[in-house]
Amino acid sequence: MQSSVGNTDAGKRGMNLTLRIWRQKDPSVKGKMVSYKVTDISPDMSFLEMLDVLNEQLIMQGDDPVAFDHDCREGICGMCGVMINGEAHGPQQTTTCQLHMRSFKDGDKIDIEPWRASPFPVIKDLAVDRRAFDRIIQAGGYISVPTGTAPEAHATPVPKKDSDAAFDAATCIGCGACVAACPNASSMLFTAAKVTHLGLLPQGQPERDDRVVNMVAQQDREGFGGCTNIGECSHACPKGISMETISRLNHDLLGALRAGARPKS
Amino acid sequence: MPLELFTTGEPIADTKAPTDVPIGERWSERRFRGRLVNPANRRKMTIIVVGTGLAGGSAAATLGEAGYKVKSFWYQDSPRRAHSVAAQGGINAAKNYRNDGDSVHRLFYDTVKGGDFRSRENNVHRLAEVSVSIIDQCVAQGVPFAREYGGLLDNRSFGGTQVSRTFYARGQTGQQLLYGAYQALERQIAAGSVEQHARTEMLDLIIVDGRARGIVARDLVSGEISTHFADAVVLATGGYGNVFYLSTNAKGSNATAIWRAHKKGAYFANPCYTQIHPTCIPVKGDYQSKLTLMSESLRNDGRVWVPKERGDDRDPREIPEGDRDYYLERLYPAFGNLVPRDIASRQAKNVCDEGRGVGPGGLGVYLDFAEAIERLGRPAVEAKYGNLFDMYAQITGEDPYQVPMRIYPAVHYTMGGLWVDYDLQSTIPGMFVIGEANFSDHGANRLGASALMQGLADGYFVLPATMTEYLADGPFEKVDDSHPAAVEALRGVQEQTQKLLNINGTRTPASFHRELGQLMWDLCGMERTDEGLRKAIDRIREIRQEFWSNLKVTGDWHSFNQTLEHAGRVADFIELGELMCIDALHRRESCGGHFRAESQTPEGEALRDDENFAYVAAWEWRPEGEPPVLHKENLEYEYVHLAQRSYK
Repeated sequence: MQSSVGNTDAGKRGMNLTLRIWRQKDPSVKGKMVSYKVTDISPDMSFLEMLDVLNEQLIMQGDDPVAFDHDCREGICGMCGVMINGEAHGPQQTTTCQLHMRSFKDGDKIDIEPWRASPFPVIKDLAVDRRAFDRIIQAGGYISVPTGTAPEAHATPVPKKDSDAAFDAATCIGCGACVAACPNASSMLFTAAKVTHLGLLPQGQPERDDRVVNMVAQQDREGFGGCTNIGECSHACPKGISMETISRLNHDLLGALRAGARPKS
Repeated sequence: MPLELFTTGEPIADTKAPTDVPIGERWSERRFRGRLVNPANRRKMTIIVVGTGLAGGSAAATLGEAGYKVKSFWYQDSPRRAHSVAAQGGINAAKNYRNDGDSVHRLFYDTVKGGDFRSRENNVHRLAEVSVSIIDQCVAQGVPFAREYGGLLDNRSFGGTQVSRTFYARGQTGQQLLYGAYQALERQIAAGSVEQHARTEMLDLIIVDGRARGIVARDLVSGEISTHFADAVVLATGGYGNVFYLSTNAKGSNATAIWRAHKKGAYFANPCYTQIHPTCIPVKGDYQSKLTLMSESLRNDGRVWVPKERGDDRDPREIPEGDRDYYLERLYPAFGNLVPRDIASRQAKNVCDEGRGVGPGGLGVYLDFAEAIERLGRPAVEAKYGNLFDMYAQITGEDPYQVPMRIYPAVHYTMGGLWVDYDLQSTIPGMFVIGEANFSDHGANRLGASALMQGLADGYFVLPATMTEYLADGPFEKVDDSHPAAVEALRGVQEQTQKLLNINGTRTPASFHRELGQLMWDLCGMERTDEGLRKAIDRIREIRQEFWSNLKVTGDWHSFNQTLEHAGRVADFIELGELMCIDALHRRESCGGHFRAESQTPEGEALRDDENFAYVAAWEWRPEGEPPVLHKENLEYEYVHLAQRSYK
């Protein structure tokens, strides 16, 4: 186990791959695709473990390893995410960390790029800045309930179907694949997931109108594109957030505007 | 014990819990006796909170709501990434919604017993009291807990208890609770009460006139190392399971903040208490970068077994009932598959040591849902555990609806952490420690669904109430960059950072980390011995020496450099690993997750030695070359009768 580079237990099954990876030192310089070869890659490795192998080799050669974001490596933190052969998170509907090399075969050429959207500027190589998502949440993606002010939990029953649907929307991990997959670089699925989650619950009603107009205004300010209902977002979403959330957002937005809600400037 | 490994100092004690009133009144009494800070004065005070998991996120939001100026730090891009997000199973609360005999006292009792009588009664009782408010708070925030058809909250049972008190959101409870705290935090950021420092890592603590007054932190994007000041500092930086390299922690989870605070004077309590979780996906290859947990909730319906005969390599579906050993049901008929984690892990190790393990290398046991699928139907099993089954299939390439899962224990949680008193204040005045980063509530073993409870209890309810006693003496004299303590701390961090880059040896940080992790797993993991621990200490010292003479880190520190980040964390893990082994060596009893082979009952269960070890071991760092000093906090049990734990 000690100081091993590459995979030693896969034996004959190991794959040899050519990687073309976006290298960009920092936001101020232009990036370019650079080719690397990795050998003896086990099909049981995760995609990020394959990149670990590459990086260990690069460090040993004295080269700069490839920067990429990742943390939990179990598909829930939303920190990882790269374009793999032009698809957000690659060929499976999952996070990059949960993509395994059994999805590839010996001799494959794999293009690896960062999310491409101007509201997500590149920090270095494959790592991008997704703080725009946090600012959309700051605009209204919450229920205002200061600590200690809550009523007894059973005071308000919530119909199971509403609660389950709210949960489904709430599983969004904020990875940004929806934006990366969208030809318009729209953040609509991300925003709609939160609007749906909170809007389906009785606790979310008092701020429902303000929430939707402010979150939508913020995503526009961030420079995300408009939604034209293409559906690439939902297709790329590792949590399978449904396009229905976008319908719900539009419904809520229209209702809120009719009722006179206007975004805070 | 040879003198050179440690020395013994003065005992230490908590002086904050009002023990002159009965235990059920202590928390309200403490809040009454503690001084308050009026709203106008809160605006004059700054509090640094490091970490944005359940503890740090909820604390920063709540302190911001209260009117303090909060500075929040985290190393990921967004506070929503903190590893609390990955907690699956649930959160305990003594609501007694099932009318099954639960109460605050029973949750208190179960937690003290589950911790194998090595936790502090006062803290645990408070945790049980506060648990009910957490559920109310989270529901009000819109956390979509599982509900029944009547619209009321559902519960399930978890290891080490006989009631159903666990609230859950499918297999993603931590995610949903974290988003509640995260949204509350973002609301405060928008309101201007919380200042955000994303992708910023704490690298040292600044102490002025004996008080924690700030931190040195590195902006991980620009590389800039700078100082930040406050009237108090809160560490909510999680546990140190990544000492073992392979664990269920996130890759970035690290001990650097607590370790560097320890080196500045904060005592480190019970470092050897680590939780090895019984239900994780087994290791596959030497490239493996982390281990993935399968929620303990699976043990509600899944049955754990191995073949009766060693070397039985038949397809598990073809092994008839009579040739299977459902060893947990056999050994612990009362709790069956729901025994506490430490016991389930150790028994998995035992059957594998007997040669009855399954899968590659014989390091695995089956977790079988065939019976549950037959009893409940596949849709019901999918509804309860669907996301976990999908995750298993994704990682292993096997379909757990068809073939039993294979599981094996993995490092999951650390009960040890920085020592705190009842107010959650460390031995450094003005530095508070909350969540997994402190040691306070779980003794030698944490029960399932109690980590989320503790993180949110500390952050939402306990810390904001206890901190006021300290802050009532503030605001403290203004400190800035020019203060000698700040200059010195900043220079120390810059020098160490440069030193890591200057070595230019031949081994990567990851290679040292893997070597340390394997050593810790082998010799300070599920079973520990005098001989093994001594060997580990010697070897860790060699690894440390080699690290500082043969490390290779590329690039510089004035830019985004993930290899450098990792190197700094590994340097701290190596030192912490040594202290963990010293602690494990000195504690010659078994308790909870700490199993010393020399101390077991005839049935092979952990055998405590209450006469000699009913204490918290709080370690003081000494300057380079001197052994650490042990300070003992005596544990007294007024309300829970000390007994040999039994789940039979």
